[in-house]
Amino acid sequence: MSRIGVFICHCGENIGATVDCERVARACAGIPGVVHSVDYKYMCSDPGQNMIKDAIRDHNLTGVVVGACSPRMHEPTFRRACEEAGLNPFLCEMANIREHCSWVHEKSEVTTEKAIDLVRVIVEKVRRNKPLFPIKVPVTKTALVLGGGIAGIQAALDIANAGHKVIMVERSPSIGGHMSQLSETFPTLDCSQCILTPRMVEVARHPNITLHTYSEIESLDGFIGNFKVKIRKKARSVDEKLCTGCGLCTQKCPTKKIPSEFDAGLGMRSAIYVPFPQAVPNKPVIDRLHCTFFLKGKCRLCEKVCPTQAIRFDQEDTIVEADIGAVVLATGFDIKHADFFPEYGYGAYKDVIDGLQFERLASASGPTLGEIRRPSDGRKPETVVFIACAGSRDPAKGIEYCSKICCMYTAKHAMLYRHKVHGGKAYIFYMDIRAGGKMYEEFVRRAIEEDGVRYVRGRVSRVYEREGKLIVQGADTLLGAQPVEIEADMVVLATAAVANDGAEELAQKMHVSYDAYKFFAEAHPKLKPVETNTAGIFLAGACQAPKDIPESVAQASGAAAKVSALFSQDELTREPVIAVVNRCAPPLYSTCVGCFLCQAACPYQAIEKEEIRARDGNLIKTVAKVNPGLCQGCGTCVAVCRTKAIDLQGFSNEQVFAEVMALLNRSEANAGI
Amino acid sequence: MKLGFYPGCSLEGSAREYAESVIAVAGEAGVDLEQVPDWNCCGATAAHNMNRNLSLALPARILAKAEAAGMKEIVVPCAACYNRLSVTRHELLENESLRREISATIEYDLRCDAEILNVLQMLDRHVMPAIGDKIRVPFARRVACYYGCLLVRPHKILKFDRLEDPQSMDAIIRKIGGDPLDWAFKTECCGAGLSVSATPLVGKLSGRILDDASIRGAEAVIVACPMCHSNLDMRRPHCDKAMKKHYTMPVLYITQAIGLALGIDPKTLGLHRHMVPVKFEKHPADAASARPAPPDAVKEV
Repeated sequence: MSRIGVFICHCGENIGATVDCERVARACAGIPGVVHSVDYKYMCSDPGQNMIKDAIRDHNLTGVVVGACSPRMHEPTFRRACEEAGLNPFLCEMANIREHCSWVHEKSEVTTEKAIDLVRVIVEKVRRNKPLFPIKVPVTKTALVLGGGIAGIQAALDIANAGHKVIMVERSPSIGGHMSQLSETFPTLDCSQCILTPRMVEVARHPNITLHTYSEIESLDGFIGNFKVKIRKKARSVDEKLCTGCGLCTQKCPTKKIPSEFDAGLGMRSAIYVPFPQAVPNKPVIDRLHCTFFLKGKCRLCEKVCPTQAIRFDQEDTIVEADIGAVVLATGFDIKHADFFPEYGYGAYKDVIDGLQFERLASASGPTLGEIRRPSDGRKPETVVFIACAGSRDPAKGIEYCSKICCMYTAKHAMLYRHKVHGGKAYIFYMDIRAGGKMYEEFVRRAIEEDGVRYVRGRVSRVYEREGKLIVQGADTLLGAQPVEIEADMVVLATAAVANDGAEELAQKMHVSYDAYKFFAEAHPKLKPVETNTAGIFLAGACQAPKDIPESVAQASGAAAKVSALFSQDELTREPVIAVVNRCAPPLYSTCVGCFLCQAACPYQAIEKEEIRARDGNLIKTVAKVNPGLCQGCGTCVAVCRTKAIDLQGFSNEQVFAEVMALLNRSEANAGI
Repeated sequence: MKLGFYPGCSLEGSAREYAESVIAVAGEAGVDLEQVPDWNCCGATAAHNMNRNLSLALPARILAKAEAAGMKEIVVPCAACYNRLSVTRHELLENESLRREISATIEYDLRCDAEILNVLQMLDRHVMPAIGDKIRVPFARRVACYYGCLLVRPHKILKFDRLEDPQSMDAIIRKIGGDPLDWAFKTECCGAGLSVSATPLVGKLSGRILDDASIRGAEAVIVACPMCHSNLDMRRPHCDKAMKKHYTMPVLYITQAIGLALGIDPKTLGLHRHMVPVKFEKHPADAASARPAPPDAVKEV
C-alpha cells in the first residue's frame, strides 16, 4: 500500500496569490494512498525541505509529491532532500502548479481545482514509481572548441592549461576572429593585434591543443562525456607539413584583385593567400573559386615557384573523427552590411562604410597603414559622420535588440579619427549612449570633452551623394527635432551585430537551441549563462549575444571552468530515465519478438541485439537490448514496439495511463474529496 | 479580363489624365476596368484625423460594394486611396470584433476577401506580361522614379516593395526601354496636403526632389500618385522659387510612359492636361545613345 506525502508550495505570491494552496493540501489529503498533505510558503527553502525529510521519517512515506514550480529548477533539490531522508530520489516527483496553473490563470475556484487535478495526476504516477538507480558513464577528457576568435582562444587555453586535451576547429584559414581585424580597443586604446597575436601563437604551440583551421563540423553525436565529432578539413590545396610559409606563392599569384575578407573588402588579396601576415597557422590556402587553375585549367604558377613542392591541386576534403567529452561553442558574430541600408546609400556610395571597415582603415596593418583615407579617392576626410544604431533597436529592420558594442566602438572610432586627422570634424548621431562597464563612461566623456567629438542625439533619415559630398540628413531631438544637415566626406555606420552565417544549421547539428535572431540560447539567462540546454555543450562569446572583448573573455573562462569541472570526474552520473526491454523468465516467454523496429526508430543507435541461448548453447531467440549509455530516454522505441515489450523507466506506459485515467475520472474523484 | 476599379476623387478631378492613361494602358493588355458601383470617398487624411470609426467605415463601404459586385481584385491607382483601403482591410482582418462592429455600421457583412492592387501591382501582374511584344516606341529616357510616401508605407501592412529604396517602378521602366536612375529622393516627402495650406513649404520639399533628379540628369520624373504629381507639376512655380532655379522636367504618370511606349496617342493619355509641358529636350534615339551605362541592378533585400 502506498504511503504518499503531498507538499504544496505557495512560492511566495507566485502560486499563493492565485491558487488556494491550503484547499489544495486539504483536498489532496483525501486522495487514496496519500497519508500526509501540507502546504508551506517556500517549500524549496531549508525549513521547507526539512518538513519533507521529517515527514518521510515520521510517516514512513513511500513516495513524495511536491506541488510547486516546474521540475526544471527544483526537482534535483527535492530529490536530494528525499535521498537524505533515506527515500530513493526517483520516488519523488513534482506537480507543476506554477507555470502550468497559477502563472497562466486568474485567481478563481477553477484555478484551484486545476491545481488539485495536477497534483492528483502526479500522485497516481508516484503510486506506480519504482526505485531507480543512477547510471555511471565514463568521461572522455577532450574538449572541442568551435571557433578560433578571442572567446575560443581563451576557452581553449584555459582548458588546455588545466591539463585537458582540446581540439579547436576554425572555419577560416586562420584563427584570430574579428579581434584580429580591430585597430585599437576600448577603453584603454591598446592595440588589438599586440594583445591577441601572442595568444594565437600560444594556441598553435600548446601541446594539449590540436588545431584544425579551414575546417567545419560535419556532425556531432552522442551525449555529455561521450560525444563523437566528425570534422571536415576543407582542401587547402597546400601540404601543411611541407609548406614553410615563405610567401613566394602569394607574391607570384597572378590573380591579385580579390576583395580581402580580412580587410573587409577595402584591400585586395591573391587567389592563394594567407589572410593576414600574423595568421596562425601561417600557411596559405588556394581560393578555388578565384584561382585561375581551378577556373581555366591553366597557370600553376604557385606550384612552379614553391621551393618545397607543397602545392596540392588534387587535395580533397578529409574527414577527421574524434571522441570528445564536452563542446564549447564560440563561433562569434557578424555585422549587417551590404544593401541592408538603402536609405544610407550603403553599397552605392564607396565612402559609406561599416564599423569593421573603419577598423581596417584605422589599423596599422590595414590597407592604408593606419591613415584615415576615404575609400573612393584616398583623400583625408575632413568631416566624418558616425551613425550609431544602424539597424539595431529598429523593429522596422527586424532587429529589436541593442547590439551593445557600438556605442563604445563608435566613440573609439571618432576619437581615433580626431587623433589621426587634426582639424577633422567628427559627428556621432546616437539614440542613447550606453557606456556601462569599467572605465567606459569615462572613455565616452573623454571623446566628447577632450577630443571634441560632436554628439548629436537623433537619427539619420537619409544619406545621399551630391557633388562629391555625402549629405547626411538627420534630426537633433535635443533641439526639438530640428532638422540637421551635414555635408560629410565619409559616413561610418555602426551596423547591427547579428548571428553568424550558418548559425542556425550549426545549432541544429549540435542540438542546441537558438533564439529568434539565431543567437545560441543559454540554459538560463541569469543562473546558467554559459550552459546550453544540451548537457556538455557550453557557450562563449558573441555567438550567444553581442558582446565586447572583456565580456567574451570572461564568458570563455567561465565555459572553460565548466568543462574543467566536468573533466575532474572519471565517471558521470546520468539519470536512469532510459528504455528497458522487459525480460521475464523463462526467456522464451519474453515478449520481445525480435522484429527490431525499435532499432530503426532509435535516433541514438542505442538498441542492440541480444541472443538468448539455452544451457546447451542453442539459440532460443534474438531480442532487443538497450545500451544504457547511449539511450536518451526519448521513448520513440516504446511507441513503435508492437508487443509492448519496451518501457521507459520512470515513465512507463502503466504510469502514463494512470495519469490520464486520473484526469478522466476527475468528476468521480472530486466528488469523493 | 475584368478587374474592379476604384478611381477616388482625384482621378475624376485634378488627375483625370491618370485615370485616362490607366484605362488606356489596361485596355491594350485586354484588361477591362469596371468601376466599383456607387463608390464613395475613401476618407483620405481628414477622416482618420477626426474619427477612427469613420476612417474605417468609409473604405469598408467601398470594399463592401466591390465584394457585393463579386470583384476579386480592385485596382486603386491613387496612392492615398490605396493606403486607406489597404490599412482598413488589414485592420479588419486582424481584429474580428472590429470587423463585426464596422460591418454593423455599413450594414454589410464584410469578408475582406477582395485583393487591393496599386497601379504598379496591376501593371506587374496583368499588364506587363500582356504587352511585351507591343512596345512600338521604346521609352528610352533617363528618368527618376518617384514613389512618394504612401505607396510603400506602412511597410508592415502593405508589404509592398523595399521600404527605403523601392524598385518595382524602376523594373517596369526598364521593361519599356527606359533608364531609371539611382537617386536619393525616391521616398522623400513631397509636402502632400500642405499644398493648400503651406504652399511655399511644398515648394521647398518638392523642389529638393526635382533638384536631385535634375542634377542626376533625369529627363522626366515618373510618379504613381496624384498628390505627388500635383505637387511636382502644378506647384512647379513654387518649386522654382524655393530652389531659385528653373526646372523643365515633365512629370509623367507611369501609365503615361507605358502608353507612349505602346504608341498610344498623347491626347488619349491626357498629356495635354499637365501644367509642365511634356517635352523632352532630346529625341529618344539621341537620349538613348547619350545615356551612360545603366547602374548595376540593385539586389533585393
